[in-house]
Amino acid sequence: MSTKVAAKAAPAPAPAAPEPPRPVRTSRRAWDEAPRWQIYLPLGIYLVFTLIPFYWILLFSLRPAGSTSLVPWPMTFDHFEKVWTERSFGVYFQNSVLVGIATLVMTTLVALAGGYALARFNFRIKQLFMLALLCSQFVPGALLLVPLFEIFAELQMINSLGSVIIAETVFQLPLSMILISNFIKNVPYSLEEAAWVDGCNRFKAFRIVVLPLLRPGLIAVGSFAFVHSWNHFLFALMFLNNQQKQTIPVGLNTLMGADSVDLGALAAGGIIAAVPVVIVFAFIQKWLITGFSAGAVKG
Amino acid sequence: MAQAAAVAKPPAPPRRRRTSATPRRLPYLLIAPAAVLMLGFIAYPVLSVFYYSLQEYNPTKPWRNGFAGLDNFVRIFTDDPLFWDSLVFSAKWVFVEVGLQLLFGLALALIVNQTFVGRGLGRALVFSPWAVSGVLTSAIWVLLYNSQTGITRYLADVGIGSYGTSWLSDTGTVFWAAIVADLWRGVPFFAILILADLQSVSKDLYEAAEVDGASRIKQFWHITLPHLKDAIILSTLLRAVWEFNNVDLLYTLTGGGPAGVTTTLPLYVASTSVESHNFGYASALTTVAFVILLFCSIVYLRLSKFGGENK
Repeated sequence: MSTKVAAKAAPAPAPAAPEPPRPVRTSRRAWDEAPRWQIYLPLGIYLVFTLIPFYWILLFSLRPAGSTSLVPWPMTFDHFEKVWTERSFGVYFQNSVLVGIATLVMTTLVALAGGYALARFNFRIKQLFMLALLCSQFVPGALLLVPLFEIFAELQMINSLGSVIIAETVFQLPLSMILISNFIKNVPYSLEEAAWVDGCNRFKAFRIVVLPLLRPGLIAVGSFAFVHSWNHFLFALMFLNNQQKQTIPVGLNTLMGADSVDLGALAAGGIIAAVPVVIVFAFIQKWLITGFSAGAVKG
Repeated sequence: MAQAAAVAKPPAPPRRRRTSATPRRLPYLLIAPAAVLMLGFIAYPVLSVFYYSLQEYNPTKPWRNGFAGLDNFVRIFTDDPLFWDSLVFSAKWVFVEVGLQLLFGLALALIVNQTFVGRGLGRALVFSPWAVSGVLTSAIWVLLYNSQTGITRYLADVGIGSYGTSWLSDTGTVFWAAIVADLWRGVPFFAILILADLQSVSKDLYEAAEVDGASRIKQFWHITLPHLKDAIILSTLLRAVWEFNNVDLLYTLTGGGPAGVTTTLPLYVASTSVESHNFGYASALTTVAFVILLFCSIVYLRLSKFGGENK
């Protein structure tokens, strides 16, 4: 009841002071006046659909094998121990972290260089290059597995994490580069020019003036690259045959493929797979939704 | 750490610049790493797929390898019921997935764009499956769907359905079982994109509409939806391509089964090349898939008048 009153009362001052430079957050929109039940009821139903699967995997990972209880009590961590040691998830985890971080670093660096060129220069093959970037969005990595396998075999990189890192980076690059070049375009060129006048060369001006403003965008792009390579499965499945080199998604797939699936181990493996992603997600969520570049270039 | 590394990389260009004095070469140097990677690992593989599509190429039967002309393509279109089955299933899969994801994603974005108590937490929870991988999604839904201790057991406990039901191994239910599993993870993607675009709708428009007495439904049709048009077109297209190529989830959840009823075209390609080592034929299938994707994308962008007069 009280929220409804507040919502009704809030629009009143708005017509009284219609001048545009009002602080953005304080004015409430007419749109916001939906009855509360129209928000909470569908949201609640959807949340049940979203959360039951999460609860389910947590439940299976914590309750003893064979239990049919709907609460994880008595609680056990046996599944985690088993999956981490017997099923080599400890090794997979290391490999996945390595692939994720290497992909993040390579994608960010290469996309930053290319994105800067696209944002700040006009050069002859620019249009062609942009077209190639867009077209590559339609090229499915899954359909290129065979030729990619042959290339990596030629380069003697089968069974080395390097093959997966390169493949993940390549398929992350186009979108990352387009995003980064848009972030750079949002930084006024005049800021850079002012730095040149003050005696900076192009690189120093970039580092001092542009790079700090790009931080939110780079965090978003880097996190995408990390999460994507952490989650992706086919390249690792195809290029890494040695069990000591495999990654978490491949390990999960092996657990599912077993003749009698060990549900507790599968659930525990799934939780291990989810933890880093959840951490990254919590970390980038605020950059994801608010237009990151908007507020950054006020000075 | 990424920050430090990002700072470390670019030193090469300025040093070159000093020697060559003009920055004319600089843009080429900057795009060179990306261009090399993409030429080597996207363009070259694509070209080799086109090349192999005209070859009989099977490493396990080397005596038959050689130029085959259009034989592979003729076989695809005239003598391969599996191709047509997988194509029809792909179309059905993409259409249903993208349609439902858009519908629920739009509704969800409109809801969490309202101001209400607990909005931050609500958004975080609703969006959380977005970052879950295809394989992990499969793992979760395998747990939910399994016939012994899955959700059907507890439904049977309260009198709904029967014990021992396994939705994934029944050809009648597997489609919707897989659709729901993929929706769980796909809806947040749409919701996030649409929510981001909703932030840029001018509030003055709503205030003006309010003054004119437009109902909320009218405001949605005449202000919100036109504003979202381009974002919706682009995200549905990207998502359609993505769903078409979505191998992770179906490969691990159903493996294309039972009895091949959930085999998409990419899954069929994968099994042709990985299991039967028929690379030439798989390449021809891939080529056909490319052409179909490209054709559908162009038709879609044309029909929807992307970036057209509404802006």
